[in-house]
Amino acid sequence: MAFDYDKYIRPGKLPHIWCPGCGHGIVMKGLIRAMDTLKLQKENTAIVSGIGCASRLPGYIDCCTLHTAHGRAAAFATGVKLAKPEMNVILCGGDGDGTAIGGNHFIHACRRNIDMTYIIMNNYIYGMTGGQFSPCTPTGHKASTTPYGNPDPGFDIAKLAIGAGATFVARGTAFHANQIDKLIVEAIQHKGFSVVEILDDCPTTYGRRNKYKSVIEMMNRLKEVAVPVKAAEKMTAEQLQGKVLTGVLYKEVKPEYTEEYAKVIERAKASK
Amino acid sequence: MEKTLPKIEIIEKYCKGCHICVEFCPTKVLEMKGFYASVKNLEACIKCMQCELRCPDFAIKVITE
Repeated sequence: MAFDYDKYIRPGKLPHIWCPGCGHGIVMKGLIRAMDTLKLQKENTAIVSGIGCASRLPGYIDCCTLHTAHGRAAAFATGVKLAKPEMNVILCGGDGDGTAIGGNHFIHACRRNIDMTYIIMNNYIYGMTGGQFSPCTPTGHKASTTPYGNPDPGFDIAKLAIGAGATFVARGTAFHANQIDKLIVEAIQHKGFSVVEILDDCPTTYGRRNKYKSVIEMMNRLKEVAVPVKAAEKMTAEQLQGKVLTGVLYKEVKPEYTEEYAKVIERAKASK
Repeated sequence: MEKTLPKIEIIEKYCKGCHICVEFCPTKVLEMKGFYASVKNLEACIKCMQCELRCPDFAIKVITE
């Protein structure tokens, strides 16, 4: 039977603003399926985003949503979670919003291990503002501000999150649509800061400049570069050259921030 | 036993003509008709739901009994 996405979408909001072939719609569908699997209540779920193409996502979903300043999704979400620790807080954003302008908020949210889920849609570019290169644009690739090729090496968001202290890090792609909701379900269930990076395609500002002929070519590239973590264990370093690992990359249990903060409040009350 | 065919509903108001459903359908049920996707060969449908899963625009519904 067809999945009923309509009950999670604000009436009259579709069609969405994303370009033809943009993977953000596929990620949004994954998020909706994950919310349905976990039976998340609309009034008990907050989706927070910054600015950018990917950050338009909360506007379409019918639950508590917050569209905030550029890169500040993690800061606002921390406020929501601390005020109402029983809420399920989900953050959405792109690579530019999350790792450049909001890079500082991102690493410190990781460090605190506050119980939230950050879905980063990495399309390697700033799409909405006209295709400027982002910290995730691979070396040599073209953007509107690097017409002769980008000299900078790109960020590995998953490694950055692990290094900063996130306790659950996973990666998927827009091609592997079935996997997205499973990763998001696991991330929401995890107690602590969880990061789900979804490799995405931007046919309009990235694909066009980097000689991708069509959306299908971009999707097939995601299929080719993705290697599941289990399969990668049996592969040599040479075979893994240019590949990206997908699946759950890192998981650990650490004290969670809102619980630790509640203890601080208790201690402060007791000392009076 | 007779094979039951699903109903593939394409919402043209939402479709942006990205070709994803047409290309990733394993049995080539769909085609582009002008700007929009449309059903060409419903008999070949195996109800794998790939088109519904992959459509970024919420434009396809595969209704099975």
